[in-house]
Amino acid sequence: MSEPEPKRSRIAIWLPLALFGAFFALVIWGLVRPADREVASAFIGKPLPQFALDAATDGQPGLSTADFKVGKPKLLNVFASWCVPCAIESPQLDALAKQGVEIDGVAIRDRKEDVARFLATNGNPFQRIGKDDLSEVQLGIGSSGVPETFVIDGKGVIRYQHLGEIRPEDMDLILRKLQEAGQ
Amino acid sequence: MRILLALLFALLALAQPATAQDLLPPAPYAYKQLEDPALEAKAQRLMETLRCLKCQSQAISDSDAPMAGDMRHQVRTRIAAGEDPEAIRAWLVERYGDYVSYAPQNKPIMWPLFAAPLVILLLAALLLRGRFRRAGIKGDGQ
Repeated sequence: MSEPEPKRSRIAIWLPLALFGAFFALVIWGLVRPADREVASAFIGKPLPQFALDAATDGQPGLSTADFKVGKPKLLNVFASWCVPCAIESPQLDALAKQGVEIDGVAIRDRKEDVARFLATNGNPFQRIGKDDLSEVQLGIGSSGVPETFVIDGKGVIRYQHLGEIRPEDMDLILRKLQEAGQ
Repeated sequence: MRILLALLFALLALAQPATAQDLLPPAPYAYKQLEDPALEAKAQRLMETLRCLKCQSQAISDSDAPMAGDMRHQVRTRIAAGEDPEAIRAWLVERYGDYVSYAPQNKPIMWPLFAAPLVILLLAALLLRGRFRRAGIKGDGQ
């Protein structure tokens, strides 16, 4: 065993450490990087499923698939009175409604009196609001939380999904997607 | 100290409504099993392999999130109506992508994963063959 080691093994001896270092860096990167926990819909480009929801609040009609097949793009806003970010997006929805955008709502697991209170507090940009007590429509369109906003074209096809609340800086994007859906 | 603690608990009690989710009762079949044990077993097997979208490292069978309850209701009523479990899985995958299912899909993207153990075994066999051959030569020389 007195013969000198071949030269290449001196480099090879560092290989496990280098591999460990690379693995360690990968783990740290995975821990530090802000994870994307949103589940985006895979249902873009597909027609809305058949549904007919009862009114979520008195004095405003319920919502069905037929309400979207009117030849004009609309927004479908999935919200709930118990959802805090839903109140944050209210000014943006009001501004869109004032610009002539038609917005229909789906209230998830909500009570009529709570919806009424929410609308009284935060404004009511909705034409129709359907009551989705079993999250059936939410599951049917691939929505995984509240709030979410879908752009639906005039034939009732889902064209775009906005995850989370609409912030002031998202307004241009929403208007552009509506315009694209109208072409 | 005791007053401070009492105050803290009072504050926690006050904070409750803000963290509360919806006030509706759970969906009828969120926590109720199907009457037919065979159908319930079928539903249970499927629910254990569907991901809760609100609490993403849990299956819907494990989660108390209201949305998971609504998904269980959906699964149980569809199974009771005679729908095939894999059709229900496909319905959800169509809407949420493969992410919603814990069951591995047989897709080309999975092939490297299935091939990796075979490749590693093959490499190990080749390396060991080299080792044994060298040892064999040394042994002959003695």
